[in-house]
Amino acid sequence: MDTKKQQNDLPQKAVVAMSGGVDSSVAAMLLAENGVDVTGVTFRLPFYGERGEVKGRCCGVSGIEDARRVCRRLGIKHYVLDYREIFERTVFENFCSEYRKGRTPNPCIRCNDLLKFGVLAETAMAMGVSTVASGHYVQRLFNGRDWVYELHKGLEGVDQSYFLFSLSQEQLSRAFFPLGAMTKEQVRKIAKSAGLNTHDKPKSQDLCFLPDGGYGRLLKKRYPKLCTIGEIRHVSGRKLGRHDGAVSYTIGQRKRLGIAWKEPLYVVGIDASENVVVAGEKRYLQKSSLMAGELNWISGAPEIGEPIRCVVKIRFRHHGTWATVRRAAGGKARVDFDEPQTAPAPGQAAVFYSGRRVIGGGFIESSDTFSG
Amino acid sequence: MPEKKIYMDHSATTPVREEVVEAMMPYFSSKFGNASSVHSYGQEAGAVLQDCRERVASLLGACPEDIIFTSGGTESDNLAVKGAVFAKKDVPAGHIITSSIEHHAVLRPCEWFEKRGYEVTRLPVDENGLVNLSDVESALRDDTILVSVMLANNEVGMLQPIREIAGIVADTGAVFHTDAVQAVGKVPVDVEDLGVDMLSLSAHKLYGPKGVGVLYRRGGVRIEPLQVGGHHENRLRAGTENVAGIVGLTRAMELACGSMDAEGKRLSSMRDRLESAIMERIKDVRVNGAGARRLPHMLNVSIQGVEGESMLLLLDSKGIAVSTGSACTSGTLEPSHVLIAMGVPPEVAHGSLRVSMGYINAESEIDYVVDSLCEVVQRLRDMSPTYRSS
Repeated sequence: MDTKKQQNDLPQKAVVAMSGGVDSSVAAMLLAENGVDVTGVTFRLPFYGERGEVKGRCCGVSGIEDARRVCRRLGIKHYVLDYREIFERTVFENFCSEYRKGRTPNPCIRCNDLLKFGVLAETAMAMGVSTVASGHYVQRLFNGRDWVYELHKGLEGVDQSYFLFSLSQEQLSRAFFPLGAMTKEQVRKIAKSAGLNTHDKPKSQDLCFLPDGGYGRLLKKRYPKLCTIGEIRHVSGRKLGRHDGAVSYTIGQRKRLGIAWKEPLYVVGIDASENVVVAGEKRYLQKSSLMAGELNWISGAPEIGEPIRCVVKIRFRHHGTWATVRRAAGGKARVDFDEPQTAPAPGQAAVFYSGRRVIGGGFIESSDTFSG
Repeated sequence: MPEKKIYMDHSATTPVREEVVEAMMPYFSSKFGNASSVHSYGQEAGAVLQDCRERVASLLGACPEDIIFTSGGTESDNLAVKGAVFAKKDVPAGHIITSSIEHHAVLRPCEWFEKRGYEVTRLPVDENGLVNLSDVESALRDDTILVSVMLANNEVGMLQPIREIAGIVADTGAVFHTDAVQAVGKVPVDVEDLGVDMLSLSAHKLYGPKGVGVLYRRGGVRIEPLQVGGHHENRLRAGTENVAGIVGLTRAMELACGSMDAEGKRLSSMRDRLESAIMERIKDVRVNGAGARRLPHMLNVSIQGVEGESMLLLLDSKGIAVSTGSACTSGTLEPSHVLIAMGVPPEVAHGSLRVSMGYINAESEIDYVVDSLCEVVQRLRDMSPTYRSS
C-alpha cells in the first residue's frame, strides 16, 4: 500500500448521517459489520410547500421511518434530530438570500458543511464520538508526507466530491466515507442481499426541502417585493419585454422568456437590484473566466497569483474543463478557462481538481466574456 | 459504552417485577388451560381468572362483574369511548366532552366520531394543566353522551379533580370515563370514591407485563363491544383470556398498591430533590405543572435553548434513559399537545424533558443525573446559535 496516502483506519465509534436512502444505509451497515460502534442519525428538516409554507408532513418523515427500520435491522441506535429551525436559519436563509441577489445557490453544499459536518459533528463530539460518516461517494485520504487530509473523487459516474469541497481540514479529519471506492450497483447489491428495504431517494440535485420542485412561487410568497414586474432587456440594452420577478430566473435558462427574436435567446444576466433580466444569444453565455469567492483550499492554499493548472467543474453535472486558477486576495480566486464555458452561474460552486484530488473551490461571483 | 445505566422513563413502561414473573410462569406451561373449557384444565384457568377479577375489583373498590380485562390502556380507552357512544343507538349523533391534554388513545377515538358528525368539546386547561370545573359545567349539553378526562397526565403528571368532575356529570345523562393508566399504583384510586362510570388501567405501567389492562365499567352503564366473538368478559370483549397476563397484572397491582404510600413518599422526595437541583443549577428552566397536585414520581421541565432530542441523545450516551415532551418519531412531529395546551410556547416546549422514576431508582442516582443534565444542557447551549443566557 502506498504509504503516502492511505485510508484511515476504521474509527471505533461513528455517527452516520442517514437519510433513509440506500447509500447512507449501506454506509452504516458497512461500518457496523466491521465492528464500529455506529449511531444512526436522521435530520428532521422542514419541507416547504410551493407557496412557501412549512408543511406538517415532510419528505423527511418517510425517510426517518426508513432510517429507523434500517437501524433496527442492523441493531444500531437511531436518533432523529430536529434541525428544522437551524436549517431555516442557515441553509434556507442562504438559499433565499442568494436568489435575492440574482444568484443560483447550491444548498446541498451548505447543508453538508453547516449541518452534516457542522452541527451534527458537534453533537457527536458531545456524545464522545469524533467521527461523522456519510453515504457520499468520495474518498478521504491522509497524506502522510504533508500531514494533511485530502478529498478525492468517488468512482466515475457517482462521484459527489463537488458537494463537499468546502470541508475544512478539521471537518475532514473527523469525516468518514465508507462508499468512496464503490459503485452504485455494488451498493444496491449489498443493500439487496442484506435485505435492507430502502428505495432510492430523489437524486441529490433535487432539493429535499422542496419536493414540489419550483422555488419561484416560494420566493414570490416569501419576498413579494422582489417578485415585481420588471424589464427583460437584450444585452444591447434594447427593451424586449417584461418578467414577473427577476429572482425566479436562472443564468442559461431558455424557457419562459417568451420573446420572438431572430435567434434563440437565453438568460445571460440577472440584475436583482434593478430587477432586470438580461437576455442574449447563446454566445453571450460563453465565459472565458470567472471569479470565485469564499475559497476553500483543502490541503493548503497556494501563493497569491501563482498559476495552478487544474480541471474545474462549474456545476455538479459539468464534465470539468482545463483552466488556470490563481488565488487572489480576500479569499477569492480567478479562473481562466482554456476554452470558453457555457453559463457559469453566480452562486454555484467552481471546484478545482488535480486528477482525482480536490484542490479546493469557491462560489462563483462573476464571470467574464472577454478573455485576456 | 457507559458503565452506568439509569432508567428514569417509567411513564413509558416499567420492568416486570420478579414476583410478577414468578406468579405468571405456571400459566404458560402447566396451567395453560382455556378458561372457557369445561374440563379440569379449563376450570383451573376459570378459577384463577375469577380470583384475579375479584382481587383487581377489591383494589379498585369495584364489583368483580365490573372488571373487563383487555389488552392494555389503549384498548380500554377505545372500548370506553367508542363503546359508550355506540351504545347510544337511539341518537344518530351527539356530543362528546374530553380535555385537550388526553392521551391519544382517547383523543383519536373522539376525532373518529368528530369526522362522522359528532361534536367534540376539548376542555382547555390552565397553566398547571388543570381542567376548570365551570368549563365542564358549561360544556355539558342535553345530547352529551360521554365525558372523558384523564386522572393523571402521562407527560406532566398533574392530577385532575376527577371526583368533582364526576359530581358535575353525575346528574346528567352522560357517562363519565377517566383514563387512570398513569395513576393506578401511584396514587389511591377507588372508583366509588371517585364516582366514575368507567376507568382504564394498564399493567405495564405498574411493573406488570405488556399487553394486558382493565376497563372498569360500572354495572348498568351501557357499552357496545368493539370486538365480538365468544362470550368472554361478560360479552363485552371477545377473545380467549390472557390468563398469564391477567395473573401478572393482578400481582403487579397488589404489589404497587401495597407499597404505594412508602414508595410514593420515597419517590416524591427524590423528585423534589431532582427538581430543586435542576432549578438551582440550570438557568431558564420551567417546571411544568408545578402548581398542580402531581404524580409523585414524575418531573417535566422545559429547558430553554436546547432541543429535546439532542438532549435525549446525549443523556442516552451517558446511560440515562429519559423522555422528551416532543416525541420526534413519525407523522406530525410537533411539540407536545399537552404543553402547548398549558400555554408553554412551542419553542420552549421543544426543549422539554420528562423524568419518571420507579422502584429500581435509588436516591444516589440523582446526583449523577443532575450532573449529567447540567453538562449536556451547557454543551447544547454553547452550540446553540440562538440561546443567550439572560
